[in-house]
Amino acid sequence: MIEILKARLRLGKQTVAYPEGPARFPERFRGRPVLDPARCPPECAACLESCPTGAIADAGRPAMSLDLGRCLFCAECVEACPTGALEFTRDYRLAMRTREELAVRADRGDEAKLARALDERMRSLFGRSLRLRQVSAGGCNGCEAELNATGNIQFDLSRFGVQFVASPRHADGVVVTGPVTENMIGALRRTWEATPAPRLLIAVGSCAIAGGPFAGSPVANDGLAGAIPGVEVDLWIPGCPPHPITIADGLLRLLGRVAGDELRLAGTGIVGA
Amino acid sequence: MADLLDTWNGEAVAARDVPLLPLGRFQDALCAALGAGGRVSALFGRPHQDNRVLVTAVVAEDRESRLGLLSTVVGARWPSLSAEFPALQAFERELAEQFGVIPDGHPWLKPLRFEHAHVPVRDAFGRGTSWPEIPGDYPFFRVEGEEIHEVAVGPVHAGIIEPGHFRFQCHGEQVLHLEVALGYQHRGAEQLLEGGPSPRGLRVAETIAGDTSIGHGLAYCRALEALAGVEAPPRASFLRGVALELERLANHVGDLGAMAGDVGFQPTAAACGALRAEYLNATAEICGNRFGRALLTPGGVRFDLSADEAGRLADKLGTAFERVREAAQLFFRSPSTRNRTDGTGVVSRELALQLGLVGLAARASGLSRDVRRDHPFGLFRFSHLPVATAETGDVFARAWVRWLEIERSAAFVADHLRTLPESPLRARLPSLPPDRLAVSMVEGWRGEIVHVAVTDGDGRLARHKVKDPSFHNWMGLAQALRGEQVSDFPLCNKSFNLSYAGHDL
Repeated sequence: MIEILKARLRLGKQTVAYPEGPARFPERFRGRPVLDPARCPPECAACLESCPTGAIADAGRPAMSLDLGRCLFCAECVEACPTGALEFTRDYRLAMRTREELAVRADRGDEAKLARALDERMRSLFGRSLRLRQVSAGGCNGCEAELNATGNIQFDLSRFGVQFVASPRHADGVVVTGPVTENMIGALRRTWEATPAPRLLIAVGSCAIAGGPFAGSPVANDGLAGAIPGVEVDLWIPGCPPHPITIADGLLRLLGRVAGDELRLAGTGIVGA
Repeated sequence: MADLLDTWNGEAVAARDVPLLPLGRFQDALCAALGAGGRVSALFGRPHQDNRVLVTAVVAEDRESRLGLLSTVVGARWPSLSAEFPALQAFERELAEQFGVIPDGHPWLKPLRFEHAHVPVRDAFGRGTSWPEIPGDYPFFRVEGEEIHEVAVGPVHAGIIEPGHFRFQCHGEQVLHLEVALGYQHRGAEQLLEGGPSPRGLRVAETIAGDTSIGHGLAYCRALEALAGVEAPPRASFLRGVALELERLANHVGDLGAMAGDVGFQPTAAACGALRAEYLNATAEICGNRFGRALLTPGGVRFDLSADEAGRLADKLGTAFERVREAAQLFFRSPSTRNRTDGTGVVSRELALQLGLVGLAARASGLSRDVRRDHPFGLFRFSHLPVATAETGDVFARAWVRWLEIERSAAFVADHLRTLPESPLRARLPSLPPDRLAVSMVEGWRGEIVHVAVTDGDGRLARHKVKDPSFHNWMGLAQALRGEQVSDFPLCNKSFNLSYAGHDL
């Protein structure tokens, strides 16, 4: 017993400083990309051709965009680009409330906003206690592993009253991973039906957002959109898989527990490209 | 073996050189090879003319590091070999599901993963155009009698876990039989790889089993390299080996913690949850992604470490390892955990051999098999890791083998980070030559990963067969539960920690 206690003491405090303090990422971590189509050589489509999921559009035009919902953050585009027109920053704040907002556009700049909080009624219900049921519908165990990590002693989302529960009956929302396979769509719908309203629907990872590497597979649904008829997704968290802090950041913004919705990096302490 | 074409892990052969035998002779040769101690590492179909199926087997002769290839052409049926060689049961079910080849006399002919046939054939299981919702239509084995009851679990489980269905036949608390029905995760991975190589290919390979991105990614890259006759440069080979062992470390450390959690031993559970991140973060230090995605590329790797960076990483991992040792010692020295793990979920050596178990589950049951030693690839051809085995085949053995592998992989990673050779990071991958076949095997953290790639007349991938270690080992879990208490299922399951996505493809 005394050995156990000594080991525990040596372990010390493991919880990350985020959100009160800075979130630390490895130098090579790839977060939100920035686009500079002014640098594109004429007629160049190297990034489009290298992208495994067709996430990039309008290369070379002012409206050049990169859809974070499809992006696997593999950076093949960065490697293919001869002029450095694309770069990934270490900005981990990637979650958005609508599918459209996931598109990073060169001409939108800092006008874009980060994920907005729920309305006041929903916040009063879930702001201090949010219980989620997770359903993997073709997830590879990458997103699942990172969702699990949000509950470990490092990230410890239960500090904020966010917990993953065993039964949809106990849940305030459903978190879906995977491209929503044909063989799992029925169970996903029944899990949703078993969750009492009001309830949230959250897509985690590029598979759940747009099918990920499995987009276009005849035996999957290209993600959560339309998988549960008549139900809109409340929060989209991109990544392959998203970092636990990206997941935490999305959930805490949804609950209004992290202030500010400015995309600007200045003053955030986040290191840019 | 006169009827087998010899090849080696990571070598390509001309597809037409694979002996094409009449069915009877093919099966005789296969049985002879198995009887002589060989293992079937892959057995898969390809479309052939006149609605027939070209079946190819890869027989592994572990002691000689040799792989034997042989093929046959079959129609709608073949005599099942599974009763004699239970290790073939899943292969035959897969062949039935993918190509409509019904194995006559198969003792356990049920859908494997609820996959649509790859060719327009009559569905081997009589499923029509309206696809059944699984597991509703599954013919579960049932035990009958007074006081016998059934427990159904899944596909949606209590934790954040992939979906699968477990059906227990119980007498009170005692499990008489467990049947595992999978397929919920089927995403069509093999077919998405066909027609490649394409920018999508490696991304699919990295997510076949997302906790094994390096293992499957490496098997995929090495299959393409073998077809193209290209070798990754030495520095790339070192970084790949380091990344593969970091993946093993992250998962083994996480699993020790998860097993501790399942027996209610919090000190190790809490410590390992955080320590697992040290290894994931180390991988992210190299390539920016905690699972090693984007590190690999056919021909080499995309990221480098300076001598300074590599040295710092090795130091950091050294500190992490000391803490893992401490957490593991607490677990193995605690009488209460030993009480829960000793003699729980036993798979005997004989059973493991019969079922064809691979990887750490096989080693925990006393089978000394490890692709890194038996069919060495890349860095492992020059640098050897001792193979860890245990005798008891129980939950304890699966935890203990993990610990031994953690010790050895930690030393291996530190050594090789400090001795990275100077060389380019990648070799250019030319377009693939036509009509070649290559077998690529990697010892992932769960066990033997096999990719078999075959090019067509234009040098495109006509078939890319994938086998995750879970393909064999799920049956090991089912058998381990016999006679156990149903409440020990989570612990037994965690001790195997198999991939649903890797099985379902």
